Amino acid sequence: MQNRIYQLETVTCPSCIKKIEGMLKQIEGVDMYEVLFNSSRVKVVFNEEQVTSTLIKAKIHQLGFNVLSEK
Amino acid sequence: MFKLSKKQIIYTSLFTISLAFIFKQLNEFNFYAQIFMLVTTILAGTSIFKKAFSALRYKIIGIDALVTIAVIGAVLIGEYWEAAAVTFLFMLGDYLESRTLEKTRSSIKALLDLAPKVSTVLRDNKEIVVSFDQVLVNDKVIVRPGEKISVDGIILDGNAYINQSSITGESIPVYKSINESVFSGTTIESGYLIIQAMKVGDDTTFAHILQLVEDAQDSKAKTQKFIEKFSAYYTPSIAILSIFMYLYTNDIELALTIIVIACPGALVISTPVSIVAGIGNGAKNGILFKGGESIEKLGKIKVVAFDKTGTLTLGQPQVITIKTFGITVMEALKITALGEVFSEHPLGKAIIQKANDNKLNLSDKISDIEIITGQGIRFSYAGKTYKVGNRLITNINLNEYEDDIRQEELKGYTVILLSDEKHLLSLFMIADTLRKDSLDLVKQLRKHHIKVVMLSGDNQRTAETISKQLTIDEYYGSLLPENKVEILHQLKKKYGLVAMVGDGVNDAPALASSDIGIAMGQAGADVAMETADVILLSSDVKKLAYALKLSRKTVYTLTLNIIFALTVAGFLLAGVLIKTVNLSLGMLIHELSVFIVILNAVGLLKYRDK
Repeated sequence: MQNRIYQLETVTCPSCIKKIEGMLKQIEGVDMYEVLFNSSRVKVVFNEEQVTSTLIKAKIHQLGFNVLSEK
Repeated sequence: MFKLSKKQIIYTSLFTISLAFIFKQLNEFNFYAQIFMLVTTILAGTSIFKKAFSALRYKIIGIDALVTIAVIGAVLIGEYWEAAAVTFLFMLGDYLESRTLEKTRSSIKALLDLAPKVSTVLRDNKEIVVSFDQVLVNDKVIVRPGEKISVDGIILDGNAYINQSSITGESIPVYKSINESVFSGTTIESGYLIIQAMKVGDDTTFAHILQLVEDAQDSKAKTQKFIEKFSAYYTPSIAILSIFMYLYTNDIELALTIIVIACPGALVISTPVSIVAGIGNGAKNGILFKGGESIEKLGKIKVVAFDKTGTLTLGQPQVITIKTFGITVMEALKITALGEVFSEHPLGKAIIQKANDNKLNLSDKISDIEIITGQGIRFSYAGKTYKVGNRLITNINLNEYEDDIRQEELKGYTVILLSDEKHLLSLFMIADTLRKDSLDLVKQLRKHHIKVVMLSGDNQRTAETISKQLTIDEYYGSLLPENKVEILHQLKKKYGLVAMVGDGVNDAPALASSDIGIAMGQAGADVAMETADVILLSSDVKKLAYALKLSRKTVYTLTLNIIFALTVAGFLLAGVLIKTVNLSLGMLIHELSVFIVILNAVGLLKYRDK
């Protein structure tokens, strides 16, 4: 299990959160996720055998949110 | 394709939409006007459309999708101006909102930026600079003026004036020298220190504080959860209404306008922006709220219960007077102190302190030590048996002294008795000093219609005296920790929301069983950080009044925002249905309302205690 936190650019609308959450829900291998509005962060717990951090970042980016950093 | 920055897009589309507007007003060059309208729509809309389609792939319909549908619809029915205006307003609104939103979060961000980044350590007699998370426990850390301390530790050498505002909210620098402890995140203003690292990296108090604040801003208040649920139903219902209205009236423009206002943006954002601004304001002033819930509850509190010691008083009892019967004061002090060395009672510490102040030798041996909980201690010294404690421990007749003892208790002193097998030998009058702002605090709380209650482990008379001095409404003395919990439950039933204020050292159960636990003083008391909902970093009791006012202000701002958002949404829907609000006006009002809600929250950041 991997535990990652992605810092995004300022997230402006709470509905953006719904979008990111909806997307994460559909990725196979993502066990837990939380999208934080005020701190503009995404917390993800995933199984590294099924999905990579790079892929998750790419998917977030596709939705139109820049990932500034991860830890 | 060339790429424009957000700002460039805004300026370019502002230019094109202005041209379109002028041509439209002139009612000439209609062809060019339409061209410019379309160009604006494409310029401003591209990123919106992109986001909408990428979300659609995951079968999610967000506000981008709704706007996209409205814009495409508008273009199809030839309403180019509406399409251009809607996209332009949406993009501009989004940009301005993100800029202002950043402001509401700026206090917290500023705090996070205070975290130390590098650190100079002494290894093998060489100074090396390492990243703050590479410092090891027991490393010797060197800090110079203007630099930040990166560890929690003890000063090995040097002295300095330290600005501890990041930990305590108190900006007057504190002088510290050898053997005193220093905290990570504080800054040396002048001087030079070599510090032995005790806690490093994520274990430091400052790291804990940062973690707490970071987590707090997204811990949702009840109101927020409710609104999120509400909007989860609101948007689809409005979308259905739009389809229904189209089928019923066959008016496509009406249907599209309804779609544009289907997202209650101002309502959804009303709570999180107010909360983040409130938490940010608190963090800047040495008040940590654990989340939206705590700030919301504190704002509605009806009763504040104080655990007396360490909050209203300094928590450092002192021997005020000593009375003796047949022995000298020094003899009495020495014998009593010898016994108290073995008890862990805070009052005992006062006696030991007094003995040390008088340079008495406390290395004499005592034997047969027996500690009787709730009474005191019994021991043998130099062939005689002594008892130190309250009335309960002596089995001699106290009748002739009872008046004396009672009189001292009426002054607010706790009386400790020293006796041997047959006689009372001495009385120690002990009192804890009131903090200088305690009375003011109680008065302020009362002014805000909050009932003030004191819970104390001291005897009833001491509790009464202190309560009278502080004009406290209700007091309860002789309480054991479990009694405190019981009384808190009664207070909750009787008055409503109850806050419990403690110093966090030994009142964890009470803090946990109140509606809101407030821990004060003692930067670095980890137990308090865990159990309390609100943490006052400094021991300044005035911070409590500020925390309360700030919470009330936050709740007020939040309520105002919600009422405003609901009102606007209602009028907007009504206006659309009776056709006084068209597509672009609907979008303008929507964006403006979001903007006003954010600005209202920004005002909260500037709130100060008067």
